[in-house]
Amino acid sequence: MTAADVDGVASKAGGYGKDTRTERLSGWRSRHAPPVFAAAGMLALWQLIVIGFGVPDYIAPSPLQVLRVFFEQGEILWINFWPTLLEAVAGFVLGNSIAALLAVLFVHSQLAERAFYPIAVFVNTIPIIAIAPILVLMLGNGYAPKIVIAALICFFPTLVNMVRGLKAVSPQMLELMRVLSASDGEIFWKVRLHSSLPFLFAALKIASTTCVIGAIVGEWIGSNYGLGSLIIEATYNFRAPLLYATVILGAGLAVTFFVTTTLVERRVLRWKPDAVY
Amino acid sequence: MTAAAATAVEAESDASIAAAISVRGLSVRFDGDAGSITALDGVDFDVPEGGFVTMLGPSGCGKSTLLRTLADLVPVGGGSITVFGRKPEQARRARDFAFVFQDATLLPWRSAIDNVRLPLEVGRRNGVVEQHAEPEALLALVGLDGREDALPHELSGGMRQRVSIARALIHRPRVLLMDEPFGALDEITRDSLNEELLRIWRETGTTIIFVTHSVPEAAFLGQKCLVLSTQPGRVREYVCIDFPEPRELSMRDTLNFVQVTARLRKLLEETR
Repeated sequence: MTAADVDGVASKAGGYGKDTRTERLSGWRSRHAPPVFAAAGMLALWQLIVIGFGVPDYIAPSPLQVLRVFFEQGEILWINFWPTLLEAVAGFVLGNSIAALLAVLFVHSQLAERAFYPIAVFVNTIPIIAIAPILVLMLGNGYAPKIVIAALICFFPTLVNMVRGLKAVSPQMLELMRVLSASDGEIFWKVRLHSSLPFLFAALKIASTTCVIGAIVGEWIGSNYGLGSLIIEATYNFRAPLLYATVILGAGLAVTFFVTTTLVERRVLRWKPDAVY
Repeated sequence: MTAAAATAVEAESDASIAAAISVRGLSVRFDGDAGSITALDGVDFDVPEGGFVTMLGPSGCGKSTLLRTLADLVPVGGGSITVFGRKPEQARRARDFAFVFQDATLLPWRSAIDNVRLPLEVGRRNGVVEQHAEPEALLALVGLDGREDALPHELSGGMRQRVSIARALIHRPRVLLMDEPFGALDEITRDSLNEELLRIWRETGTTIIFVTHSVPEAAFLGQKCLVLSTQPGRVREYVCIDFPEPRELSMRDTLNFVQVTARLRKLLEETR
């Protein structure tokens, strides 16, 4: 098994050396080959260590055992995947929407900012694990507490970034708008909203991965579905391969969200946000 | 002060025909933490309609403040300003003037042509006269035809400043206020933009007030040069500059030009 893995890596490396068909392909390879090989190498090392030291699979399963779970117990994984996906997406939308709207309010009303900003900071300082049981008590066992936890975890970075972004307009641009006798609304729609987008996307990228964490943490407490509950169940039953497969699925979900957010950002932000003109 | 007063009187006499802007006894004060600072004190001058006036002075003399006060960006402390018979605020609402900043101040997500269109999209509630120039024609006027769809980061510093000049001209302003618009550019770009600005001035007939800290630029562009002294900002002298029109860059090598710049430099030194 191990030998086959190492062979596989070796033959890929050989193929890489010979392949000079197109420059684009080789460019792609030289960029992506190092991380791919590093990851493959570490997986191979993991496999070697587990087999070499005879580690029992309830302590640490081998990569191949984890892979087998995806084929043999795929159904249980997918059944628990969809609720987590739903909670994470709903939490992402809810948390970021509220944060963005609140940021708009803060920028237009100093009073509102002074009144609510400290509360937002305070809410952010409560550990999410500590607030989860409270929300379960309040909102019951359904989707609601998980969505709220996912929303809560997205909320603060987006609020802070969005406020900064909406204020990141050069004084000269504001003077120009004054010379043009523009109204506050016009300044908001024509200038502030656009200049906040790079800041918003920076926050959304953080939120795209943390919303999955929020959903999973929510499912740890008194839930019988979702990746979070599957993690708890697999741990208590010493089903380590299933536990690992669940964690990988959760990570895959977060990576997918992150990549999607990045792709949307690339479509929306075609201008260079760093420079000042 | 006596020389300034004399020129002010002289300016008044020819301004009675058509003064685009008249400033009388203007003072501006800023209240800061360290007490109030008098930025401008007793400033008198007129700008004839269709004229090109440059403002020159040591840094901190309040020339930018003066320009900003004309543009209603800084409130008048004392005295008066009239722009075509109106107060600065009314003139601003009527789009009598346009402002060009040292930085192009373009919206980075908008193409060149959409940046030029910006003034048409805002401030409409003031009942601005909807008469305006064609954005495409303006970009051609500033030598940017073919670059309509370029984003600001795809343009050089000089090109961005050309876009901002085109934007300023969209409403056919009667007065163009320019605050060191070429100060951040290299000398070669600055020279060519100076020449083009004179061409645009001749073609549009706009009154231009141009703040600079470059003596040759002030002499080359201005029909008149307002030299300010510092702390507080006062009119040191309002110098008439008579060069044959149209002016060309080669003119700067003539004895006549050197004499004018020498005189301006001397005035500047005396203001210290």
